[in-house]
Amino acid sequence: MGNKLEIFPVTRVEGHGKVTIYLNEDGKVEKTFFHVTQIRGFEKFCEGRVFWEMPVMTQRACGICPVSHHLASAKATDKILGVEIPPTAKKLRELMHMGQLVQSHSLHFFHLASPDLLLGMDADPKIRNVIGIIEKYPDLAIRGVKLRKYGQEVIRTLAGKRIHPRFAIPGGVNKGLTVQERDSLLKDIDWVIDSLKDTVRLIRNLAIEWGEKFRKFASFPSFYMGLVDSNGNLDLYHGKIRLCDHRGRIIDEFSEDEYLNKIGEWVEPWSYMKFPFYKEFGYPEGSYRVGPLARINCCDDISTPLAKEELKLFREMIGDRVAEGSLFYHYARMIEALHSAERLKELLEDPDITGTELQVVSRDFKPEGVGILEAPRGTLIHHYKVNENGEIIKANLVVATVHNNHAMNKAVELVAKEYIRGPEIKEGFLNMLEVAIRCYDPCLSCATHAIGKMPLQVVIYDAEGNKIKELVKGS
Amino acid sequence: MAKVRVATTWLECCSGCHMSMLDLDEKLVELASKIEFDASPITDIKEFHPVDVGIVEGAVGNEEQLEVLKKIRENSKILVALGDCACFGGIPAMRNFFKKEEVLKRVYVETESTVNPEKVIPHEDVPKLFPSVKAIDQFVKVDVYVPGCPPDPKAIEYALRELLEGKIPVLPPELLSYE
Ligand code: SF4
Repeated sequence: MGNKLEIFPVTRVEGHGKVTIYLNEDGKVEKTFFHVTQIRGFEKFCEGRVFWEMPVMTQRACGICPVSHHLASAKATDKILGVEIPPTAKKLRELMHMGQLVQSHSLHFFHLASPDLLLGMDADPKIRNVIGIIEKYPDLAIRGVKLRKYGQEVIRTLAGKRIHPRFAIPGGVNKGLTVQERDSLLKDIDWVIDSLKDTVRLIRNLAIEWGEKFRKFASFPSFYMGLVDSNGNLDLYHGKIRLCDHRGRIIDEFSEDEYLNKIGEWVEPWSYMKFPFYKEFGYPEGSYRVGPLARINCCDDISTPLAKEELKLFREMIGDRVAEGSLFYHYARMIEALHSAERLKELLEDPDITGTELQVVSRDFKPEGVGILEAPRGTLIHHYKVNENGEIIKANLVVATVHNNHAMNKAVELVAKEYIRGPEIKEGFLNMLEVAIRCYDPCLSCATHAIGKMPLQVVIYDAEGNKIKELVKGS
Repeated sequence: MAKVRVATTWLECCSGCHMSMLDLDEKLVELASKIEFDASPITDIKEFHPVDVGIVEGAVGNEEQLEVLKKIRENSKILVALGDCACFGGIPAMRNFFKKEEVLKRVYVETESTVNPEKVIPHEDVPKLFPSVKAIDQFVKVDVYVPGCPPDPKAIEYALRELLEGKIPVLPPELLSYE
């Protein structure tokens, strides 16, 4: 074995992680690992709690998209009650989810990813961050802050609190939306839609300008997974799970209740994050990607007009049905943010949204329930089993970032092999490894709900297994 | 006036406290002109250097987190525990009701979707878990506590402004109330 190189922590991602690179005698990259170094254990410590606590408790898996956990959990608890919730409650929950997507996608683009895209992957690390963006592109930075603020305000309006709200309850929601509140959210929605449209164009132009570099960066074939509605349109909240291959051909479609027959999670000794795969094809052959690009690759079309138009331009640009380069995640993410804002407007203009029938009750428990939705980073599954008192006996969470574990490892490997020759490595190249991971907007808080979180570490080991270089946060 | 140097880190937590800091929205842009960030999840500086204020989100549940906590303490004149996890252990401390081996077994062997014929528990290149999760003041001295899950952005703003003026913030009761 040759040199080994580690990066720790991976920064501008949400959570804790590390990259280890082994070099062979010729100084070429032999193998790479992206490890997640934390676990918390939600699957264990939820046991014994009553199921109606779950939407509040499990969202502490993640402070970045708590609403996704809150709502997937609420969907699972509706199933335990065995009820169909009223239309107003359903639409209010979806409204909250759309607010969440706008805030989370904006956060990722403006606060975390744009420094690499706009200042350059090898810009001075001292300025390669959101403060550097504030200094160099103040208008854009303010746009990002305001977009995120709007999404957070949708959440706060419904639940009184932006992070870790209490809103969805088993059987519905605990508060309605007043006409005044609706009007106040409608006031800014056109600005939000226009700004996101401009942002999609910004990335599109970057993709054109960067050309091959954009297209080829961490590009590899894989399967893709995402929810679609009954017409095959992108759906971020309801729908069936679709699995496509690298040509965009549909391999399977199934409901959340079938997930255990379809999806398995592999365990490797070197990461606290598991490795999901499509069972029929086995591990690692059945590995797939989730999240914005996967959803854009899987869907036939998008129902809202502006995002529909952008999807058309996107497919024209790549000249194919499916895009494989990891940087296209950023482009897909903003198309989705635009769709979410358009959907927000549709929901706010729907007369049901200010309805007052918010909850159904049931005294009957079913023994288990599965809830699913598309969190900003990908498909999120909550599954609970309860006893006759409604206490959780088993909880299983398969979170968005985990599905992308194999993809992030692959992306790191490809970039390392392309750019790293020998142990003398410039900071900018190391950052490229992080750029590859950042495409997936990994939320290591969520991914390690199981036990942990992720910043990133890179350590290089030589042929004898001696550590020759290490970048460590906090050392 | 020289900028106040600030480092931040997150340990065993959900990132919600850092997000609540971002929820200062435009005010954060204004504060950014008075603050110089050192190592932090939002910058690419990976090693701590001496700073005026260190801010810690999250509790301590493994050996890596303890190391990071000690490093930020050594480098900070004032150390702030941000949020319930850092102040008291918070939700992560719920795992203290169980043995760590039971937690690992449930997550990596028993969960319904896991396929793990060899019953592998991650152990290579990953930090060892402590038997229990503890608040940060169980390991190092804490100068300022800002509780909340997460603390309200107004409480964070108040604490930051006081710190920027060189004062130790004492949060008024209305900023301590949260749901
Ligand atoms: S205090 Fe609450 S918001 Fe902050 S890290 Fe802990 S769980 Fe997350």
